[in-house]
Order: sequence, then structure tokens, then C-alpha cells
Amino acid sequence: MKYVHEYRNKELSQKLINKIHHSAKGKYTFMEVCGGHTMAIQKFGIPSLLPPKIKLLSGPGCPVCVTEKSYIDTAIAYARLSNTIIATFGDLMRIPGSTSSLELEKARGSDVTIVLSALEALKIAQNKPDKKIIFLAIGFETTAPGSAVAVVQASKARVKNFFILSAHKLMPPAMKAIVDEGVKIDGYICPGHVSTITGSAIYDDIARKYSLPCVISGFEPLDLLQTILALVHQVNEKHSTVEIQYARAVQPNGNPKAKAIMKQIFCETDSEWRGMGNIPKSKLVLSEKYQQYDAEKMIPVDVEPTISDKGCICGEILKGLKTPLDCKLFGSGCTPENPEGACMVSGEGACQAYYRYQSQTEIT
Amino acid sequence: MNDYIRPGHGSGGKLMHELIHDIFFRHFGHHELKKGSDSALLQSNGHRLAFTTDSFVVNPLFFPGGDIGKLAVCGTVNDLAVCGAIPQYLSAGFILEEGFSIAELEKIVISMAREAKNSGVNIVTGDTKVVHKGMADKLFINTSGIGYIPEYAGSFANNRKIKKGDVLIINGTLGDHAIAVLSEREDLPFQSTIKSDCACLNHLIHSLLEKKLHIKFMRDLTRGGLATCLNEIAQAQAIDIEINETRIPVKASVEGICETLGFDPLYLANEGKVVIIVSAEDASEVIETLKADDLGKESTIIGKVTSENGKKVIAESAIGGKRLLQMRTGEQLPRIC
Ligand code: SF4
Ligand code: SF4
Repeated sequence: MKYVHEYRNKELSQKLINKIHHSAKGKYTFMEVCGGHTMAIQKFGIPSLLPPKIKLLSGPGCPVCVTEKSYIDTAIAYARLSNTIIATFGDLMRIPGSTSSLELEKARGSDVTIVLSALEALKIAQNKPDKKIIFLAIGFETTAPGSAVAVVQASKARVKNFFILSAHKLMPPAMKAIVDEGVKIDGYICPGHVSTITGSAIYDDIARKYSLPCVISGFEPLDLLQTILALVHQVNEKHSTVEIQYARAVQPNGNPKAKAIMKQIFCETDSEWRGMGNIPKSKLVLSEKYQQYDAEKMIPVDVEPTISDKGCICGEILKGLKTPLDCKLFGSGCTPENPEGACMVSGEGACQAYYRYQSQTEIT
Repeated sequence: MNDYIRPGHGSGGKLMHELIHDIFFRHFGHHELKKGSDSALLQSNGHRLAFTTDSFVVNPLFFPGGDIGKLAVCGTVNDLAVCGAIPQYLSAGFILEEGFSIAELEKIVISMAREAKNSGVNIVTGDTKVVHKGMADKLFINTSGIGYIPEYAGSFANNRKIKKGDVLIINGTLGDHAIAVLSEREDLPFQSTIKSDCACLNHLIHSLLEKKLHIKFMRDLTRGGLATCLNEIAQAQAIDIEINETRIPVKASVEGICETLGFDPLYLANEGKVVIIVSAEDASEVIETLKADDLGKESTIIGKVTSENGKKVIAESAIGGKRLLQMRTGEQLPRIC
């Protein structure tokens, strides 16, 4: 991982930081859409290096945070069925559903197992032909191709007991929804990993129609500093174009193979986002041809009625309209150990990041 | 909905601390227990003894660089050693699941015997229970240990006052154990040759104490990783600590895996690492002594005590940004975005 250190060079960072301080004239609010960026920004202490005029907001880039409660409730209902194994990314375990969580169901005896990929879930299905394996397919354009590959392989190997419960979401519709809601931001730090798959064209609309500067960023501190500088420049010059800072990984037209397989397996549909309401054409579900792998189509289950979040204002926060401090539960009724809402569950959720960021101000 | 045991209660982070304080300390209450140190320091007929216990439930049982048996001996030996004690006797309790292979059991026991011999302890009492299939995961081991505190370690065990400017030293790279176990357990998208750092540190530690170097505090790193350990120290000793991330030794391969999975090496488990706090004047001699031992070859200063009245741990990143390091709050999970 030698190459990583080139992007963590202190002198070069310092130069960029100086340039940012020098260029920052007015006030700037940039939103980093991707949870990975939020994490890197925290990890390298970037807020402590920026002029106070520049504010970074965490957007809806955490697939866990935006996964609707009814989805968790459905997963829990499946977990309660006999002969069924739920295979999930670990993040989902602790997300509260209406009355339970997968972690609690597991403690009560359900078969819930953590996997690192859709293929790992498929492997479990092949090893346990007498059980139904339901993979909780969440994530943006980054993880969707993985689920697609698993479905293709399942179909090739004629696996009959592998299903996916899809909550694969699409990034650009959410980015537009945020602006449509009237959130005041001056530019987007666009997701790096998502863009390696999709390419840069998906943000063209946002830059053009919404006049918002978009810079696709890598995850190293120098990447992020360069991106922030580029955004500041665009704002200063009243430009709004899509720039690729993360050129070593992102091609303008993305990864054609991954795009092709996604197109083959999935189709777009409207979807709820936790706290953000319904966003048109923002979710991927299995297309007609692959319905035999769609848990919802193939395995009927009674899902308890979804109880809407009481007090949790995650949605407003995801949209950047409110800050966690506006939430009555923040820090008292809702902490990383006992999360009330999804945004508090993991390090990159907006509320937990804020929870940490707040303590960050204690650093002198 | 939160009143049940969750994985986080056992992962060495914040939840576990709450459990220990709210349930165990509250009801057991002995002042020695409440100190929350690695071993209890006891007086018996003028002799000073250290006493500790630990249970081992690792999955898989065998991993690159060790197995559950080696861990069970090293873990307890290290808990004694960091308190300044010379580990002497161990107990070994086994909970076996019906159906577990006797050949594997023997392999594990041989490994324990070997490790005990190397570290100079004797396993002198034990216990065996068998539970029905499904009531345990193959094999659990508990070890308890007793050691005596030699004259020359007496002042160390009495806890010298930690002062502003004191430095923190670590004896090598972080995260090797966690990644070795992970790469054996999960279907990772890469190959790894990383071995667990699992080792008995008593000889290494005693080379320091024998020289009467002014060690102020020691603690071995375990599940919660360096970040959690430093938070425990900062809270218990009421000090502020600042570490410099560029000085923290991490193997390039471990770092690579962390990058891919979104892990932070500061929170990864270790089984053969100790954090040592010494006054700045003694630092170079301590490092020299550590480096003379195979287990201390990569010893280095990672940070310093910045205040004698606080409880914060701050990490300075490679680019000079600062962040507050907190205790781990749950299992580290691979990122998916
Ligand atoms: S603090 Fe907790 S309850 Fe409040 S908005 Fe955040 S996640 Fe929801
Ligand atoms: S919790 Fe972090 S790693 Fe997990 S999905 Fe959200 S942003 Fe990604």
C-alpha cells in the first residue's frame, strides 16, 4: 500500500491547506455524499485544518442510514421464519426496526450471519441446500454490481435457495432530492467508489440544472483537500462543472462491465429513503427475468406494521436541514451504544460523526 | 430493547466497561477488583502476589501464528507481567462441546504446554466440563494465574505518578492478531500472510524491571486495540494523551487490508503488545532494552502525556489534523460503501 502514503504527505497537505485558507473568501458549505468520505474526513482531522468559513456536511451517503425502516422490519420477519438464514453486512445488525433489530433476533435464536459480500452469501446457499438464504442487498452503485454477479452465478449454477432482498439505492436521485428540498449547499464532494462504477456523467445534471459544483474525490487526505480547493475555486469563479479529482480510479464513463451487468439484472423503481421520503427511480430491484431470486416475490411473509420514528429527525439531518443538536434525543436518548436512529449506528452515520465532531471542538 | 447481551458487551469497548461497572463492580464491590487493573495485587503473609483470570473463546481455534491454547497461556501470563509480577502458576479450565475432536484438543493442549514452558509457568490445576452439542462452540478455555512481585518491581507495582511530558512506548506493530484471525475466518477478497503476534511478554517486561528502569505504567493491548487501551489509561490515571499516527508501527500488509475493509488499525486486537509509560529521560534506555528482545525489535515512541489533569486521547494524523480517539463502541465491521 505504498501509494497510499504519497497522498498523506504532510508538506503537500500543508501547501493545500494554505491555499484553501488563502482562497476562501465568503462562506462555503459543501456536502460530502459518501460515508467513506465522512469517515476519512474525521480520521485525518480535516475539519481541524480548514478555515471556519468552510463547513462540511454529511449527506445521505451511508446506505445503512438511508435504508427504510420497513426494510429492516421485513428482514426481521424473514429472520423469524424457520429454515431461513439471513446473510447481511454487519452494519445492518444494530439498526432499530419498528420493534426489534436483527441483533436482537439473533440473540433470540434466529439464524443471522454476517457476510462481506453477496458471493459469500451465495456460497452459504450452496453449502446448505436445505435452507433458504436471504441476502440483504443494500448499498449504492458500489455494491449493486456484486449482488448482480451473485444472481448471475446463482442462475448459472441453478441454485434454488438463494434470494436477495434488495434495497440497492441510486445516488444521483438523492443528490437531486436534497437540492429540491431547498438545502443550501455550495457544492458536492461526489462519491469516489460509486463513480468508479458509474463514471462522471451522472452528475452532469446536478452541475448544469442545479448550478452546483461537483468534484469526484478520492479518500486520502490530499484528495479531499484538493477537492475542497477545487470546489472553493469553482464557487469563487461562479462555475459549476463536474471535475474528477480521483482520476486515478474514475474514468469519465465508469466501468462498462459493471454497468452492463447491473442493467441486465436490475430495473429502477421508486423508493422510500429513511427520513427522506419517497424518491422517484432511486432503487434497484430484480427485473422480471430474475424474479425467482427476489425474496419478496418468492417468499411470502407477514411484516409487522411499521411504526414511524418518534423523535428521530435523521431525515432532516440527512438532508442537511437540521443538525443533530436539533434532535432532542441526541446524546441522551440516542448514543452510539444505544442508537435510536440509523444515523447513530456506525461511525459514518451523520449523527455519530457529529457526536464525535462535537467532541472534536474540545481539541485545542 | 437494550437489556440483553450484545456482541459489543464482550468486545473490550465502551459497552463492556459499562457492563463491568454497572453489574460486576456493583455487586462484587471489592476495592482491589474495582481498580480494574489487569491483575489483582494481593498481600499474603508479607508476600506480594498478583492474581488474574481470563477466558478464551476465539473462532477459529487455529490461526496463523497461534491457536486458542497459546492465547490462553499468553493472555494470562501477560496480565500478570504488566503488573510487575513474575507469573508462576496457571489453572486451565476447559468447556468442551460434545463431538469435538480429541486430536484437536490434544494439539491445543500441547501448544499450551509448550507456551507454558517457554514462559516459565506451570499449569498446576484444571477442570473439564462437557456440554451438549450446540451449547458451546467447540471449546472454551479459562486460565487463571498467580505470580509474585519481586522486590525490584515493588516500586513499579506501587504506581509512580505519571507526569506531563512522559512518553508512551509500544513494542511493535498493531493489528497483526486481528487480521490473522480475520483472514482465517472470513472469506476475504485477498490473501494474507500475516501471523498473529500472540506471545508471552513476561521475559521482555522483566528485562525492563530488572534494570530498575523507571517504568510508570504498563498495559497489554487486547481486543479493544490501542485506542481503547489508551482511553482506559487516560481515564484511570486522569491524564491527557496525544499520539502521533505516523509513528505508530503498522505492517504495510495490515494497513492495506485496513484500507480495503475500512478498519482502523488503532482499534484492532493485539495479543503480544504492551504500552509502556516512562519519563522522557528513560525512554531511550527502555527502547534499547526492549529492542534487545525479539518481541521488542520494533519498539518505538508513539506519543506523550500532555496533561496531568484530563482524560482525553488525541491522535494527530499524518497530515497534522487532530481527532479525538474514543473507545471502541462495538465490533469493527467492514465497510460497504
Ligand atoms: S440523534 Fe439519534 S434519534 Fe436523533 S436524529 Fe440522530 S439518530 Fe435520530
Ligand atoms: S455505516 Fe459506514 S461503512 Fe457502513 S454503509 Fe454506512 S457509511 Fe458505509
